[in-house]
Amino acid sequence: MNDLTNTPRTLPRVSATFDEYTLSEIRRAAATGIYDIRGAGAKRKVPHFDDLLFLGASISRYPLEGYREKCSTEIVLGTRFAKKPIELKIPITIAGMSFGSLSANAKEALGRGASAMGTSTTTGDGGMTQEERGHSKTLVYQYLPSRYGMNPDDLRKADAIEVVVGQGAKPGGGGMLLGQKITERVARMRTLPAGIDQRSACRHPDWTGPDDLEIKIEELREITDWEKPIYVKVGAARPYYDTALAVKSGADVVVVDGMQGGTAATQEVFIENVGIPTLAAVRQAVKALQDLGMHRKVQLIVSGGIRNGADVAKALALGADAVAIGTAALVALGDNDPHWQGEYEKLGTTAGAYDDWHEGRDPAGITTQDPALMARLDPVAAGRRLANYLAVLTLETQTIARACGKSHVHNLEPEDLVALTIEAAAMANVPLAGTDWIPGRNGNF
Amino acid sequence: MSLQMRSTASADAGARVFDLSAAPVRELNAALHALPPDTNATLWRVINPRGLHAIAAGVDAPVTIEVEGNVGYYCGGMNKQASVIVEGNAGVGVAENMMSGLVHVKGDASQAAGATGCGGLLVIDGNASARCGISMKGIDIVVKGSVGHMSAFMAQAGALVVLGDAGDALGDSLYEAKLFVRGSVASLGADCIEKEMREEHKALLAEKLTAVGILGEVDIGEFRRYGSARTLYHFHVDNVSSY
Ligand SMILES: Cc1cc2nc3c(=O)[nH]c(=O)nc-3n(C[C@H](O)[C@H](O)[C@H](O)COP(=O)(O)O)c2cc1C
Repeated sequence: MNDLTNTPRTLPRVSATFDEYTLSEIRRAAATGIYDIRGAGAKRKVPHFDDLLFLGASISRYPLEGYREKCSTEIVLGTRFAKKPIELKIPITIAGMSFGSLSANAKEALGRGASAMGTSTTTGDGGMTQEERGHSKTLVYQYLPSRYGMNPDDLRKADAIEVVVGQGAKPGGGGMLLGQKITERVARMRTLPAGIDQRSACRHPDWTGPDDLEIKIEELREITDWEKPIYVKVGAARPYYDTALAVKSGADVVVVDGMQGGTAATQEVFIENVGIPTLAAVRQAVKALQDLGMHRKVQLIVSGGIRNGADVAKALALGADAVAIGTAALVALGDNDPHWQGEYEKLGTTAGAYDDWHEGRDPAGITTQDPALMARLDPVAAGRRLANYLAVLTLETQTIARACGKSHVHNLEPEDLVALTIEAAAMANVPLAGTDWIPGRNGNF
Repeated sequence: MSLQMRSTASADAGARVFDLSAAPVRELNAALHALPPDTNATLWRVINPRGLHAIAAGVDAPVTIEVEGNVGYYCGGMNKQASVIVEGNAGVGVAENMMSGLVHVKGDASQAAGATGCGGLLVIDGNASARCGISMKGIDIVVKGSVGHMSAFMAQAGALVVLGDAGDALGDSLYEAKLFVRGSVASLGADCIEKEMREEHKALLAEKLTAVGILGEVDIGEFRRYGSARTLYHFHVDNVSSY
């Protein structure tokens, strides 16, 4: 017989495959029979801009004086066909986030912050609100599969039109807005019964494929007398081909959104497993533009996990004309702020991890339609925070650009970059640091 | 600008005639968009449309636009106030997202006729192809012939009246739009069911038929009504096979 008390025991071993999160999800699934829905973007670690570094100046490249020499940041979007291209002071825009998923105060704050910094905001699935139009100097109006609230008057009030084909968080998926957030006002704007769980379409109702899209874009241009820049937004799935097809369809601007990009509400399994990282998407999109001779003629906006000026600078260096931010803008407004820790705990989560945005109980008053919660968000103060944050992103981008000797942030180039990992080197098509090795350089993607 | 004054058989002497073989659609639409609300140019005749796209898209004036021939995609798209009469067939998405007014196709219509329309009346004398009334949001659509598969997919509001037959998966994932079909329905889509035709529905149908001027010609008693079973309005584990 073994003497159990004297036998050395191994430590309890938690499975790397069946980790704690996975186990909790299996239990949740077993209890409910329905998939997990949540907001925000992919939370798993994927190769990202962190895996790139700038080389900075050296004997052969000289830098610009940090506080004195000019490093411009203004950009123009929509120069291809639009009679009235958009001029922005900074290459950072606010991504489309729907009224419905966000409170009216949050939308107002986004408009205030962006306008203060001379950049644009974007509507979302659910139409244009007066507050949003009023507080946004430059407003991009999304043309989505659902067409909620779509009408020619708002189309003409917009400064640009964004045809949404997909989103990085869910390429191939439609929207979701659950009953708690379908208040009377939201329902009216969407022509739906109040309080129902609403799923927006994942395909456009009246066009399929690039040939139709071309005719659709022509129609939108006709309706708006060729004034507005027309963007085409795709989730990062096949960015080389999608970018090329968007250009072929007549887009003025292509928006490519990587898998880390936020969403208001999507199945967890979708967010984490469909689409490719932003880092992998940028170079493919840029290559498509270059192969067509359209780089800088059709502008490229990149989004999905942009957090700081380094991310902005890296996206630009890889060839983007601008970036868009969603999640970071919400955090700047006050989303997931430790100030509300007690309330996050009551919701079974913690500040920084709260993502049940579809439930509409956001303590910070941002991803909710509850009037009492929404009143917690002061749109003026929150707008100010967003403006501050955008100013920091801009200063950081300029800091890096000057260190690389660039007088305009658009002069950043892939040659300024190296990669820390082989994966990032292959995806971004820049050399592994300390080598001249670009994996796959002579091959296709 | 290729505007000329010409009298035609159907149009009165004041009709403006626009020849699309002599000038592009852009010029036609620019002229139509520039019309003031009190314009005297209330009758337009568009000749040689030759299947061109976006003819009379985005008009917002109380005028009548007669198109002599076949049109391409998105004719009368986002129309407000205007009456657009197509004396021929219409391509994909005729009257898409119409807000008000009338679009009347005297021939057949391709896919997605009246898609996402919010108001106004779309009349199709012939047949409409697949996805007629997809995502409709308040428009009324009367099809004198038959409609193709997936018609009224995710339809939210408004009425679709079909004098002929309906193809497969009628009203799939329907919200609150009302569907009336006189002929056969190949199959109903998810969450779409046949509903009782009560007096209020007969009155509604009569109103739509009156608007098209055919109330006396068809027997309301021959129509059946379809609508949403509303079982997909809330996520429920028992419905997963429908999602
Ligand atoms: C709350 C929320 C709502 C969103 N709603 C929309 C939408 O209506 N339409 C759309 O194209 N993208 C929508 N997005 C995605 C953003 O436009 C953008 O692609 C994404 O947030 C960018 O990634 P980031 O969040 O990492 O910055 C939404 C994102 C969030 C966080």
